Amino acid sequence: MTALLETRRLTRQFGGLRAIGDLSLLVNRGEILGVIGPNGAGKTTLFNLLTGIYPPSSGEILFEGLPIAGLRPSEIARRGVARTFQNIRLFRQLTVLENVRIAYDSRLSCSPLGALLLTPHAGFSERESVEASMELLDLFELGSLAENRAGDLSYGAQRRLEIVRALALDPKLLLLDEPAAGMNPSEAMQLTDFLRWVHGKFSLTIVLIEHHMQMVMALSDRIEVLDFGVRIAGGKPDEVKGNPRVIEAYLGTEGELP
Amino acid sequence: MMDGIKKHLIPLSLLLLGLVVAAVLPATGLVNDYLQFVLISVAINAILCVSLNLVNGWMGEFSVGHAGFMALGAYASAILTVKLFPTAPAELLFPAAVLIGGCTAGLAGIPVGILSFKTRGDYLAIITLAFLMIVKSGLENIPYTGGPRGLLGIPRLTTLAWAYFWCVVAFWVIRNLVYSKYGRGIAAIREDEIAAEAMGVNTRTAKLVAFVTSSFFAGVAGALFAHQLQFINPSSFDILKSTEILVMVYLGGVASLGGSLLGAGAVTILTQCLQPLGTWRMVVLPAILVVLMLYRPSGIMGYRDWAWLKPFFPLTPRSNEKKETETGEGLQ
Repeated sequence: MTALLETRRLTRQFGGLRAIGDLSLLVNRGEILGVIGPNGAGKTTLFNLLTGIYPPSSGEILFEGLPIAGLRPSEIARRGVARTFQNIRLFRQLTVLENVRIAYDSRLSCSPLGALLLTPHAGFSERESVEASMELLDLFELGSLAENRAGDLSYGAQRRLEIVRALALDPKLLLLDEPAAGMNPSEAMQLTDFLRWVHGKFSLTIVLIEHHMQMVMALSDRIEVLDFGVRIAGGKPDEVKGNPRVIEAYLGTEGELP
Repeated sequence: MMDGIKKHLIPLSLLLLGLVVAAVLPATGLVNDYLQFVLISVAINAILCVSLNLVNGWMGEFSVGHAGFMALGAYASAILTVKLFPTAPAELLFPAAVLIGGCTAGLAGIPVGILSFKTRGDYLAIITLAFLMIVKSGLENIPYTGGPRGLLGIPRLTTLAWAYFWCVVAFWVIRNLVYSKYGRGIAAIREDEIAAEAMGVNTRTAKLVAFVTSSFFAGVAGALFAHQLQFINPSSFDILKSTEILVMVYLGGVASLGGSLLGAGAVTILTQCLQPLGTWRMVVLPAILVVLMLYRPSGIMGYRDWAWLKPFFPLTPRSNEKKETETGEGLQ
């Protein structure tokens, strides 16, 4: 069994709009899967379904062979699915360290009553969470910014912090929603190298939504193409690049333009 | 390890010294009854303020029902001391009555917490308002506790020492909470609830912990309040009482332990100092509030705290070893 994540006839309806329709996908352990498609194709909805933010209208999601559809997002996160957001969603008022600690905290076992009364175990978990989070921040050269407010960081550092925060969950699967949004080509190339390093270092499986084609082509082992919530193509980057249906979805058919 | 114990010893002995002072001071005659009354009020208000701050400051919701939780604590404890065990020795009865007052209010915090799972912001504010109205009109219609006339003849058991003790307990527990995994989860809900869930924060647990802890201490404060004034009726716990606590929270500073202490102290003492102004005191405090909201919308100490109020965690052996090897290498 090499599939880490599998969706079976996954559907999500918003009123009359079918954001995702009958989508069956397979994500293999250890690969980087690119998900592309025009705006409104349902890519972010797919992530919201996978992380439990929306329940699916029908269909199944299997993570490590177990159904996860309908679980709370926090439970799915604990099982090893971490994500970043298209529009950065850091805890802006909190410090860089606190941002990472909040994700790390889900691994701590202290009970609410233990926390209120500060039992030795609760104190020990606190120390563990600070040290592990600092270690992670140092690894990403954000250690010196640990006490800064997350909202005060530069745009690039915020993007990086969001990835670090997701990694603090110790995920098996990392979902990246347009990590290169708002970056220029050279920054995007840097990010490509960075993601490749992260992928190897944490032995992750990554699903990547991105509009930056150069980056998707360079990183992905496979690419799935969505349009109007339906899978229209898929395969190796080179196969997808030449697929007429993909070109049509992105550019429209011949003769439409004068 | 020794270092850790030493670090804890100083604040602990200071707190004990405070308790001794609070116990001895009334007997020395250095403080008159009035001053004692004001000091006890400061302590009670500080408990109310820090507990409301947990929901309104750290969690970023807006509860106006705090007086309702306070009422439940006040009535539950007064029923014990007046109706059920009027002859029991006060030294045993009073701590139990305060604790039971807190637990009654804490239990009432559970349904409000559950309602906060799906509602937030203005909508949750309306729910807490409804809760306050239910409690108040409920109490008005129970003949056992005197209906709208209220409960009379409550023994005066709230001493300065007890008020001080419960105030320290409230700050200690809420400090432990806000600097724990659950406290960070509560702050994450304020910042971005969806991101919090996606980062593994069980927002339901966090909300329940916040509401139950907050209402428990409101109940404790209510019990102390009842045994300070010796008389309670439902209209002592109306929306104005909630508003008074809200003013303390937003004046002192949201999401701040020091701010809660500051806000409760400032408002309590100001209202006393402004008594000679008569009706004009009703103008001064709101004016201060308006100016504060213009220049410091999160309050005097908003989102900050003094270092001595934060918990201290000695480093684990692992990181100590790492430090030692690092410095060792540096020496060579």
